[in-house]
Amino acid sequence: MAEPLLAIEDLAVEFRTEDGLVRAVDRVSYEVHPGEVVGLVGESGSGKSVTAMSVLGLIRQPGRIAGGSIRFRGRDLRTASEREMRAVRGGEIGMIFQDPMTALNPVMTVGAQIVEALRLHQRRMSGAAARKRAVELLSLVGVPNPDTRFGQYPHEYSGGMRQRAMIAMAIANDPVLIIADEPTTALDVTIQAQVLRLLRTAQREAGSATILITHDLGVIAELADRVVVMYAGRVVEHGDVHTIFSAPRHPYTVGLMGSLPNLAEQGAPLRPIPGSPPSLLDPPGGCPFHPRCTLSQGRQRCRVERPTLIAVGAAHASACHFHDELAGVAPGVPVPGAGATDPAGGTEAEALR
Amino acid sequence: MTAVELTPPSPAGVPPVPATPARKVSHRSPARLALRRFTRNRLAVVGAVVLVAVIVAALAAPLLTPYDPTAVDLGAFRQAPSGAHLLGTDSSGRDVLTRLLYAGRVSLSVGLLASLVAVAIGLFFGAIAGLVGGFVDSVVMRATDIVLSFPSIIVVVVLAGILGPSVTMLVVVMGATNWPTAARVVRGLVLSLREQEYIAAARAAGARTGWILMRHVVPAALAPVSVVATLLVASTVLNEAALSFLGLGVQPPQASWGNMLNDAQNLTLIRTMPWMWLPPGLAIAATVLAVNFVGDGLRDAVDPRSGGGAR
Amino acid sequence: MLAFVFRRLLVNVLVFFAVSVGVFVLVRAAPGDPIRVMVDPVQMQTGGEEFIARKRAELGLDDPLPVQYAAWFKRALTGDLGTSYVSHRPVTEVLTERLGPTVLLMGTALLTAVVLGLLVGTVAAVRRNSAVDYGATVLSLATISVPSFFLGIAAIYLFSLTLGVLPSAGMSTPGGGGGSSDILRHLILPAGILGLSLAGPLTRYVRSGLIGELGADYARTAEAKGATPRRVVVRHALRNALIPLITVLMIYIPQLFGGAVIVEQVFAWPGMGQLVVSSIAQLDYPVIVGFALYISLLVLVCNLAADLLYAVADPRVSLR
Repeated sequence: MAEPLLAIEDLAVEFRTEDGLVRAVDRVSYEVHPGEVVGLVGESGSGKSVTAMSVLGLIRQPGRIAGGSIRFRGRDLRTASEREMRAVRGGEIGMIFQDPMTALNPVMTVGAQIVEALRLHQRRMSGAAARKRAVELLSLVGVPNPDTRFGQYPHEYSGGMRQRAMIAMAIANDPVLIIADEPTTALDVTIQAQVLRLLRTAQREAGSATILITHDLGVIAELADRVVVMYAGRVVEHGDVHTIFSAPRHPYTVGLMGSLPNLAEQGAPLRPIPGSPPSLLDPPGGCPFHPRCTLSQGRQRCRVERPTLIAVGAAHASACHFHDELAGVAPGVPVPGAGATDPAGGTEAEALR
Repeated sequence: MTAVELTPPSPAGVPPVPATPARKVSHRSPARLALRRFTRNRLAVVGAVVLVAVIVAALAAPLLTPYDPTAVDLGAFRQAPSGAHLLGTDSSGRDVLTRLLYAGRVSLSVGLLASLVAVAIGLFFGAIAGLVGGFVDSVVMRATDIVLSFPSIIVVVVLAGILGPSVTMLVVVMGATNWPTAARVVRGLVLSLREQEYIAAARAAGARTGWILMRHVVPAALAPVSVVATLLVASTVLNEAALSFLGLGVQPPQASWGNMLNDAQNLTLIRTMPWMWLPPGLAIAATVLAVNFVGDGLRDAVDPRSGGGAR
Repeated sequence: MLAFVFRRLLVNVLVFFAVSVGVFVLVRAAPGDPIRVMVDPVQMQTGGEEFIARKRAELGLDDPLPVQYAAWFKRALTGDLGTSYVSHRPVTEVLTERLGPTVLLMGTALLTAVVLGLLVGTVAAVRRNSAVDYGATVLSLATISVPSFFLGIAAIYLFSLTLGVLPSAGMSTPGGGGGSSDILRHLILPAGILGLSLAGPLTRYVRSGLIGELGADYARTAEAKGATPRRVVVRHALRNALIPLITVLMIYIPQLFGGAVIVEQVFAWPGMGQLVVSSIAQLDYPVIVGFALYISLLVLVCNLAADLLYAVADPRVSLR
């Protein structure tokens, strides 16, 4: 494969808290190649967003990057100057946040916020040109009456419209990478499908690679080419979307799909993962998933030895000691990636119900 | 939310550790936690120590000094600090240290009384507004806005001008102009308590409003109201001093920190006899600062999220 | 918008009405015959018993109280607040000539406080938990805690009496005619000390408000767009933090007036505060009552302004 656009290696992020050091991201590695969509899945607190914020150099006190490297287009962003990072943020990498209600500045017009994004990176752009481009962007993301909408404040926008404006802002400078952190979670179900479709169009048109952070496997099935599954700050499995959905090799991934109603077998009862994610203050020894694991069944090795990612197939790795026990135990899920060729069709509607 | 919600409902009290770290609250009672936070706040501890020292000194005044605070000794007037008079004497030959100690009693009790009056009124109106709600609530809330906007100093100045100055009026006016802060806190508390089940249960069981107030609202309001009360003491002590300085508060010969400074209004005296104005001024500043530190510490200890709110 | 303004206006007019009733009742409660409040003392002296009796009837002092109140209030509305016992001039005139110095003092103090509060509060918020922040917190608490009259006396001791660099009293050098630079020199100490007393609370407001805004999602968005930290603070967070500050400022103006009364006394600044304190000493009731009405008006105007400015400054508040 060609040189990756972004290569994260052994990334570790820690947060100081009243009760001690929390390792929110623990030796995480993954790559993003030009033009591809990588889905980052996991429960809240699994470290998905923190890795994304690390890429942008936006980990602030009391957090800090404790180790590893982040290579983006051949340079290490960890050693980049603050000035270089500012050129990356919003320039080469566009960011879309979860909650469009709060992610836009309430006392600035939407137009002014898009213009700001443009002019921060295209210093020579005139005010009039920036305005023209911002209106274009608004119309590109499907905001009706962009000329009027340009001068309105975020509170005058609906939730879906705000997220469209967020997307317009993120793609304003033709980024090579878009990071979308739970882009649809805060939206109404009916709006979610539209925004996902828009995200896909925007991504394809610009040819940008995308890191899609979500806890929603439906969204992954819809958009992602490859999937990285995270648990308790670690990557537990990664592979291309077909493989992950058809032949998952980590009990956590299997568990995720078991708790996913519409991808599970018709008529089969929903099986939520028992228990809750571990405290990162005092993570369980060995495999962090073992207390909740249906496969482990109290085996000594799971409690003692920390599993590392091992290749289990072509471009497919799992961090489970007993991954081979899952071989051939396909959850019997219809392969979802096929839905990608169906722009607005049934899969999406189903997945998003 | 989507149909696909991966986060399983986590049992209460055990938050999944998120990217922004949450606190592990398990094995600590709120009161002990608050105490720990308070004692870890250096300024608050220093404030508490200073405050206790001031109170003890004021209470022990007769033991600490042989002089009578009001005894005029014209043979010994305006003497510089000496072995006999550690802080010198004032224009009537009274011992400054003695007056300082006795003035502390007056200033502290006026401040304390005034804030107690304010808290009592505030507790009453706040609880009524919260419990009754509707029209009564909006009237009370509007009233708090308006009362708060009349500064107590001005009200006392006008009333003292028309009715003549008195300590009783000082206490009443400062109480009457400062109740809204307490009222708002109590109202907010009542509103949130009202949502809780045991109040609903008490109502359903036919409990009277007054009983609900005593049984549920008062204990719950104790912590936040004591924060408000502490911070109020700081401003009432300060206002008493200011008004006594203007000659509209505590009247001589009774000493208060404010009226001790009242004497220091001519330039010669300011320049040549700093022992007459420096000690009472420092006493007010140290006391009020200490009370403010304690109040801030208490607020942060009781409600850590409120960090550094303004007054 | 109009309905909102009207509603607020109505409440404030009602309150002013209530205050005026209160003041009227107080005047009646005041020692001495109320006729003294209403009639020129010179005429009183020369007029004799018969004159006073005639005046009583004329002024309606034999009428029932509500009727008297109506008459008094009507006169007050037309600017007739009676005559000062001391200077024998109309109260309105006496008060109005003191308005200028007080406005100058308060305006300068307000400006000082806002500049200091914004500057220190912003630095403290941006460098949270640093030595600067710690120092700013302690200092702002100190300015709230140290009584202004003590600070004033200490400043006179230091700057006027020891260093001899600034005047200690008044608004201009007697017989000096130094013009505006002379007034400015006289203004520095009182306005500085009055300003400090407000700068403390403002700093705390700015700091806590800004810390909240800097933690908001939109500030993170701005950062993710590639904005500099300075830009995130000034263009984004500060702009949001300022909205509630406008209201706070309006609410603090009457408090500042309370402080002005004291500072004017310390520095013999010829404003309304000094006037009212000396009027109290001289039992000049008409001036005190007039002062009370002036202040109520100021308080209520500030109240109204607080509501309106908030609505104007925040695009989210729609009053239409």
